[in-house]
Amino acid sequence: MTGTFIAPHVAWAQLAPVVLVLGAAVIGVLVEAFVPARLRRPVQLTVSLVALVGAVTAAALLWHGVRTTGGTVVLGGAMILDGPALVIQGAVAALALLSLLVIADRSSGEDAFSPQAAGVPGSDYEELARRKGLVQTEVFPLVLFATGGMMIFPAAGDLLTLFVALEVLSLPLYLLTGLARRRRLLSQEASMKYFLLGAYASAFFLFGTALLYGFAGSVRLSDIAAAVRTVTGMDTLLFAGAALVLVGLFFKVGAVPFHSWTPDVYQGAPTPITGFMAACTKIAAFGAMLRIVYVVLPGLIWDLRPALWGVAILTMVVGTVVALVQTDVKRILAYSSIAHAGFVLTGVVSLDPKGISGVLFYLLAYGVATVGGFAVVTLVREKATAQLLVGAGGPAAAGASETVLGEATHVSQWAGLGRRHPWVAGAFSLFLLSFAGIPLTAGFIGKFTVFSAAVSGGAAPLAVVGVLVSAASVFFYVRIIVLMYFTDDVEASAAAGTTVVSGRLTGIVVGVCAVLTVLLGVFPSPVLEIVQQAAKFIS
Amino acid sequence: MSLTNYLVLASVLFTIGATTVLLRRNAIIVFMGVELMLNATNLVLVTFSRMHGNLTGQVMAFFVMVVAAAEVVIGLAIIVSIFRTRRSASVDDVNLLKS
Repeated sequence: MTGTFIAPHVAWAQLAPVVLVLGAAVIGVLVEAFVPARLRRPVQLTVSLVALVGAVTAAALLWHGVRTTGGTVVLGGAMILDGPALVIQGAVAALALLSLLVIADRSSGEDAFSPQAAGVPGSDYEELARRKGLVQTEVFPLVLFATGGMMIFPAAGDLLTLFVALEVLSLPLYLLTGLARRRRLLSQEASMKYFLLGAYASAFFLFGTALLYGFAGSVRLSDIAAAVRTVTGMDTLLFAGAALVLVGLFFKVGAVPFHSWTPDVYQGAPTPITGFMAACTKIAAFGAMLRIVYVVLPGLIWDLRPALWGVAILTMVVGTVVALVQTDVKRILAYSSIAHAGFVLTGVVSLDPKGISGVLFYLLAYGVATVGGFAVVTLVREKATAQLLVGAGGPAAAGASETVLGEATHVSQWAGLGRRHPWVAGAFSLFLLSFAGIPLTAGFIGKFTVFSAAVSGGAAPLAVVGVLVSAASVFFYVRIIVLMYFTDDVEASAAAGTTVVSGRLTGIVVGVCAVLTVLLGVFPSPVLEIVQQAAKFIS
Repeated sequence: MSLTNYLVLASVLFTIGATTVLLRRNAIIVFMGVELMLNATNLVLVTFSRMHGNLTGQVMAFFVMVVAAAEVVIGLAIIVSIFRTRRSASVDDVNLLKS
C-alpha cells in the first residue's frame, strides 16, 4: 500500500437533505446534555422542525438538477442521488415532518411517551416522574437519526453504506418502540421482539453482503451488476448472497414469511411512532429494494422470479386474510400494511420501468394515509368517570366528571364514533377507503399504477391475485366504517367509554393527510408526472 | 492451508449462531447468538478480502464491529429494562402480545 491519500470529491449540495437531518440529530444529543430541562422540549422541537422542513426544501430544490442530469454520484459512489432516491428522500422527510407533529402533540395534557423510560412500570419512581411532569425529549433526536438512516437507505450506492444505513434507521426505532407512556409492558415486549428479530434479520443481510462481496470482489452495486454478467462459476455465492440480502429487505418491509414482528410491534409501540415507522420505514426499505432489484439483479431475475412471485402473493393473501379476523384497530392496520407490502412487491417484481414510478406513487399514497390513520388512532381514547379514579389524581381530579385514559384500540370501542365525532370518523373512513383502493382516493391510483406495471412487465398473474385480494380487503375496511356510522345501539356504544381528545397538531396532520389523499386521488397527474420523470436509476 | 477452510469455519459459526437464536430461551443468550453471526460474517469478509487482494472486506469488518457495539448498547438497554420489570429475561415470558 503506497500512501498518497486522494480525498474524494464531496458534492455537498446533493448531500444537503441528509446532512441537515443527521446534523440536527447530533445537535439534539448536545441539547440533551447542555440545555436546562425546562427548555429542552421547545429547543428540541424547534431544531427537529427546522431540520425536516429544511430537508424537504433541499430535496425540492435538488429536483430540477436531478431531472435534467439524471442524478449525481456522491462521495465516490457510496451514495447515488438519482430520481428514485430523491423522490423517496423527499417523501420520507415530508412524512417524518407530519409524524413529528403527532409525536410532539401534547395539547391533551401529555404526550404518548413514558416520562422516564428507565423507570420500572408501576413503580413509585415512575409515578413521581409522572407527577413532576418529566418528559423524555430524547425522542426527537432518535426520530431524526432514524429519518436520516431512512434517507440514506434508498440512495446507498454500495453494500457497506446500505448496511450502515439499515442499522442507523433500525436502532433508534427499537428504542422508540419501548417508550410508550401507557401499556408499558406491551411496549417493552414489542421493543424486545423487534430488536431480537431485527438484529437476526440484519445478521442475515450482512452475511448476504459478505457473500456478494466474495462473488464480485467489490461492494459497489454497479460493480456487482457488472460481475453478474461476466463472472461465471460462482453462482452459489451469487444466489445465496442475493437471497440473504433480499431476506433482510423483506424483513424491513414486513413481507410474508418475514412479517411476524409487524403486528406485535405496531400494536405495542407508541402510536405516533407506529405511524412514523409504518410509513417511513416501508418507503425507505422499498426504495433500497427497488435499487437492488433493478440495478443488481436483472441478470438473474429468471432464477429469482419464482421466489419473488411467491413472496408477493403470500404477502398479499396472508396480510388480508389475517386482517379479517383481528379485533384491535392497530393490529388491523398492521396486517393491512403487510398486505400493502405485497401490492407494492407486485410493482417491484414487474421489472418494468413503469414499475418504478408505480411503486413510488403507491408508497406516497400509502404513507400519507398511514400517517393520517395512526394519527386518528392517537385521538380516540378511553375515558373513566371520576369515582373509579379516586386516589390516582388526588382531590383535584375528584371534581372532574371524567378522566381521559389511553387509546381505545378495540374495534368495538369505535362503534358509533361517526355520529358523535363526524370529522374524526370521516377522516379515518377516508384513509380506510384509500387503503382499500376505492376510486377518487390516492390508494386507487396507486393500485392501478402498480397493477398495470405488473401486467406490462409480464407479471399478469400477480396483478390478478392483487385485484382479487384488494376486493376481499374491502370487507374489513368497510366493516370498521359500518361500525362507526351505522350502529343502532348508539347509547350503549357511548357508555362503552370512548371519547375523542382534541389534539391541535394531530388535527392539523389528519387534515393535511386527508386533503393529500383526496388530491392524489382526484388530480394525480402532477405527481404521476414527477414520479415518471424520476423513474430512472443511475449507477 | 486453503482459504476455503476459513469460509467453512465461518459458515459453521454462523449456523451455530443462527441455531442459538432459534433454540435458546434466554434473551441474553439469543443476543449472543446474533453477535456470533456478526463475527462469523467478519471472518468471511476478511477471508474474501485476502482472496481478492483488496482491502474493502477488512474496512467493512471494522464497520461491522462498530455497528455490533452500537447494537449491544441498544440491546442490553432493552433487555435490562425488561428484566427489571419482570425479573426474567426469558423470551418465553414475553407473551402479552398475541393475535
